[in-house]
Amino acid sequence: MNGPSTADTTATSTSTTATTAIGDPWEELVTVALLGTDRRTPPGHSPGADAPIALLDAAAVQTVRRRAGLRPAPAAAPPARAADDPRPPLPAPARRRLAMLLTDRPGAGGGRRGTAPDLMELLPQWLAGANEKGYAAPTDLLPALLDAARGRTDLRPQALAFAGPRALWLARLNPDWKFALRFTPGGGTALPAPGDAADVQRLWEEGLFAERVTLLATVRAHSPAAARELLASTWSAERAEDRLMFLDSLRSGLADADEPFLEQALSDRSRNVRATAAELLSALPGSALAARMASRAASCVAVDRTQGAATITVEAPHECDAGMERDGVVAKPPTGRGERSWWLGQLVEATPLGGWTARFGGRTPEEIVALPVADDWQGELHAAWCRASVRQRDAVWSRALLGAPASPDAGGPGAVSLSERAKLLGALPDGERAEWVAGFIATHGLSEAFQLLGVCAQPWAEPLGRAVVDALNIARDAGSYPWSFSGVMGLAERCLDPAEASRLEGLTATPDEPEDAAPGAGGYWSEAFQRLVSTLRLRRAMRDELRGT
Amino acid sequence: MTQQGVRWTADQVLALAPDAPSRKAGSKLGVAGPWSEAGSSGEGMVWGLCKGSGSKPYQTVVDVADAAGPAYKCSCPSRKFPCKHALGLLLLWAGADGSVPDAQTLPDWAEQWAEGRRKRAQTKRETDAAGGTAADPEAARRRAERRAERVTAGASELEQRLADLLRGGLASAEQAGYGMWEETAARMVDAQAPGLAARVRELGAIPASGPGWPMRLLEECALLHLLDRGWLRRDLLPAGLAATVRSRIGLPSSADGRPARDRWLVLAQYDTADSRLTTRRIWLHGTESGHTALLLSYGAAGRAPALSLPVGLALDAELSGYAGDGQLRADLGEQFTAPAPSPVRPKGAGVAEAAARYGDALGRDPWLDSWPVTLSRVIPTPDEASGGWQLADAEDDLEQPNAVGATAERLAVPIAPKAASGPGLWRLAALSGGAPVTVFGECGHRGFTPLTAWPEGTGEAVALC
Repeated sequence: MNGPSTADTTATSTSTTATTAIGDPWEELVTVALLGTDRRTPPGHSPGADAPIALLDAAAVQTVRRRAGLRPAPAAAPPARAADDPRPPLPAPARRRLAMLLTDRPGAGGGRRGTAPDLMELLPQWLAGANEKGYAAPTDLLPALLDAARGRTDLRPQALAFAGPRALWLARLNPDWKFALRFTPGGGTALPAPGDAADVQRLWEEGLFAERVTLLATVRAHSPAAARELLASTWSAERAEDRLMFLDSLRSGLADADEPFLEQALSDRSRNVRATAAELLSALPGSALAARMASRAASCVAVDRTQGAATITVEAPHECDAGMERDGVVAKPPTGRGERSWWLGQLVEATPLGGWTARFGGRTPEEIVALPVADDWQGELHAAWCRASVRQRDAVWSRALLGAPASPDAGGPGAVSLSERAKLLGALPDGERAEWVAGFIATHGLSEAFQLLGVCAQPWAEPLGRAVVDALNIARDAGSYPWSFSGVMGLAERCLDPAEASRLEGLTATPDEPEDAAPGAGGYWSEAFQRLVSTLRLRRAMRDELRGT
Repeated sequence: MTQQGVRWTADQVLALAPDAPSRKAGSKLGVAGPWSEAGSSGEGMVWGLCKGSGSKPYQTVVDVADAAGPAYKCSCPSRKFPCKHALGLLLLWAGADGSVPDAQTLPDWAEQWAEGRRKRAQTKRETDAAGGTAADPEAARRRAERRAERVTAGASELEQRLADLLRGGLASAEQAGYGMWEETAARMVDAQAPGLAARVRELGAIPASGPGWPMRLLEECALLHLLDRGWLRRDLLPAGLAATVRSRIGLPSSADGRPARDRWLVLAQYDTADSRLTTRRIWLHGTESGHTALLLSYGAAGRAPALSLPVGLALDAELSGYAGDGQLRADLGEQFTAPAPSPVRPKGAGVAEAAARYGDALGRDPWLDSWPVTLSRVIPTPDEASGGWQLADAEDDLEQPNAVGATAERLAVPIAPKAASGPGLWRLAALSGGAPVTVFGECGHRGFTPLTAWPEGTGEAVALC
């Protein structure tokens, strides 16, 4: 049974694309089959017991004919080509590692137990490393990368930067990945060069909101003045919520030159725009607004030398006048707060910190913070100084307000909440920040350190890493369960320097259980330390692979 | 013992995993952390101790050099095979970062296992040499005859059922539902005709398969009828076609073709599974002969088939083909080298040529659903008209006349709906980025199922399945 040659069948049988005409033998067979040979007879056959067999015979011939004669259809228009990615390819081991990291889905591992590392948690670090080296993403892993970024918004900036132009090309074809287009305003269409004034102006006037926000940020990074002028050119015609977003872009590269524009925005129709403008101006110590706030604050806070020791006295404002409101002071306090202390807080927060030294007779910030404050105003005053330090990123004042890391939680200078401490730490240089947190952990243990660890640069500096490991070791010896420290453990897996792995080896053994220990805790600790060591080794391997060593 | 001393790639190791969770769990154990006293010998033994949750570490040992596929032993209680420890150990070994150093002597516990295996192999060789299981040819002939009678009875019964169905009309099949087909399939299993049983079971799914089902049901009924007829009149068929009918019915056959030695490039490897059995298909391309061959291997549920040949590797080996027209199935014979990465790509054809080859192959085996083809310079293209995807000839091939005739039109083959809804399609699209790629896959009446793709230029093969 030799089949007919392909050339014959293509000429004689129907093609997939051709519509079937009336009288088509195959269509007739289907009709007969649907109704049954008891009701219809196959074409060219007499009714009878063998009619079904005749139908099947004819259908078999037609089926093989139709299949053998299938012809390709005319092609649809091909998609436009994706833009080239000029970055160099990943080294092969790094590429395999990425594939492995991407197959690990969250929720599949059964929580934070066991000795194996949580690969998904390492993906952000891997992506940061790859982006730092400027590698291109392997094209066949782009779908998995986009799927991972789809499920985890925190991954998106790094993942999309690494994924490059072809990921945006893919995202236009698959609705599941639309987020990538939203994330990259304009769906990856190139922004004009920030120096190209005509193109910039056109996109600014005609672009979608998201495109305009990106454009403004790009121009701002290139030339702060040009961005300000661009914004001023259409300012009065923008909608209030857009004005707020645009104004926010001035936060980066904020300088004295921005003051006139911001001053003008202080009389904006929108209260939120006014408040943002005031906040930005108060971060400029040389601004007129800062000077106005300083003089208001100075009239409220003074040193009283009439007693034996110098004491700070506070006389909170009695009213919130129109001038204060114009400078961004919110008149109505939140429920439960007195209006006078509310106004005071805002004044001090917006006052340049540099002025207090002169106001308090040449005292340093440490000395000022150490002064007693009359009438229970200390908490209010120190809290406002904290907010001012964070806003003005003032390392000297932050240091003074933080105080010594070993100081007890209550009383004394630096009696501020953990979240305020974390913010103040942000103003200190990396090394000092790590030292301070290490000191805090050594005195106070781990239970309150989580927030503070979050603001430390990674990998953790050596003293900080040692403090954390020592504290974990102490917690183990105290006989508690490791999951009381799972937050810190998780951070340690991501942030501890991989070089610490060898020092941790000794902790992976299951210890003898002390009498008062929680049952089985030793085994769980051993498991937790094993996972920590495995993770550190894995991170070192990842780093070496990305270096191509 | 051809693979001794050659470290595998991570892909090779991961292909051994019985399922996705094992692959994941194995990956996590493929780091130095939990392992101690690991080592590998020149004879292909790899061993190590893996710290688990208990106080005593698991003892894991693998023999990667066994000709019948790797053998594993692990003291863990897992029922998965190979277990995550074996996979993790092999990954660590494949990583070649010094975590599994070469060693001369095996630890005692590993040596005991190796010794036991050596003894068993020795016993088996002696038994084979003594001809202990030599079959009685007369008894075998009688068994084959009895089976043929049962298949004939089954085929006749099936013919009767098909005739009844068409007498009443296919419209009634929609209401009859699955039960009727399941019962018929069971009858075919009783008749020892597994090929017929599988086709009957597939018939049962067609009425629920969406618009156009009566046409598809008629097609499949007609082909089933053709197979029944082929069996009942097998004496009148040419030998090649008769062999094809026998294998389609599901009768056992063996690779008795003359061994062909070639450098075989692995084009694709993929598994399909039902509740009882995992079937692995491996497509090979003879880089010297240009022949295409299919290796099949099976694993019980939960176990990966033993044979694993990841895409992009090539091996110098002998294959023996099975009898039958249009039959590409072969068995792997002697291997002369371990599989190693190869830069070779199969020679490709245009879209028109691919359709023509499937048509040709149907002439030899009318029951073929698809035929393996490599398409060169095609662009994965969304087809707005159908809502699906297609593989289209690249624009700049216009001037070259194609196989069917000199039509000056860019042609396209639709991507089979099942393949177009899977993750492989997006890997293919990502690889292409709108540029031409080379794609190996199965081309048939349902469309083209892409299995492997190569980018423009010189990049490595990417598995899509």
